[in-house]
Amino acid sequence: MVLNNIEKLLEKYDNAETSLKEEAELRAYFESENVDAHLEHYRPMFQYFSQSQKEQYTKDVPLNTNKTRLYQWISVAAVAVLMVGFFIPNWGSEIKTLAEYTPEEQKMYLETKHALAMLSNTFNEGASSFGTLSLASENFNIGLEKASHITEFSEITNRLLKN
Amino acid sequence: MKQADFVSLIMPFKDKVFRLAKRLLVSREEAEDATQEILLKLWKNKEKIVEYKNVEAFSMTMTKNFCLDRLKSKQAQNLKIVHSNYTDNNSSLQKQLEARDSMGWVSKIMEDLPEQQKIIVQLRDIEQYDFSEIAKMLDMNETAIRVNLSRARKTIRQKLNNTHSYGVK
Repeated sequence: MVLNNIEKLLEKYDNAETSLKEEAELRAYFESENVDAHLEHYRPMFQYFSQSQKEQYTKDVPLNTNKTRLYQWISVAAVAVLMVGFFIPNWGSEIKTLAEYTPEEQKMYLETKHALAMLSNTFNEGASSFGTLSLASENFNIGLEKASHITEFSEITNRLLKN
Repeated sequence: MKQADFVSLIMPFKDKVFRLAKRLLVSREEAEDATQEILLKLWKNKEKIVEYKNVEAFSMTMTKNFCLDRLKSKQAQNLKIVHSNYTDNNSSLQKQLEARDSMGWVSKIMEDLPEQQKIIVQLRDIEQYDFSEIAKMLDMNETAIRVNLSRARKTIRQKLNNTHSYGVK
């Protein structure tokens, strides 16, 4: 009975009319031990099919993520920002003359100028008192020179005394 | 899509891609290269493939096209690396061993089939796809697939029968 069924299935199989389930049945039959002698030649075919199903792909595939791309561009952006900073330092502010400012601002400006002038005056005074100090240091230098004359003199007298 | 998501997406069918490539390109190394190429292509387009309904069918179509292109370019260069054109009838040790192994016969017979039939037998008898799925993958109608499959099966059976009863190829 089984044989009859298998033969029918095989005929359908050859005409490509079997369903996947029927093909699984056939495969199961030919994988079993008791295959009828006159169907023996089908055996390697079905065995081959089920064996090649087991072949596997074992190589690794290098999957690169492209996260690093963003970081590369950050440095470029930083340089661009710096360049903009260098070449356009005062964006949007034109140079004005004193007359264009409001009277209050003008007054403030003059007052500041005055105060700074006073400050510089006192600095100058300080500088002139430094001048007297430098005079004193000159006198010191002269004194030192004279002292060196004296040491020379004493050396000569020592020599004379030795003789 | 993260790497892990992608791997779990391709895991179920990467072997099928490889086996189809091997069926068409014969040599294992060639098939490995082709599979890698295809998986990398999928990875590069990972944003797009999410939208596809059936990534597996899409990948199988891609594999088929890629391998056929590969074969075509190889023939154009007149450089066939596959060992199917190896016509040394003084049976080498390799051949003797294969002849003893009846499964080797089947693989030999399948190598001689036309490409179209090879693909169909591979998809149906080895990978066990539905006819409707195969039709989608190959962009053919089901009747044409059945006709081709029937022809291929009959050829294999015939040749196997000859080998079996006479022991000659």
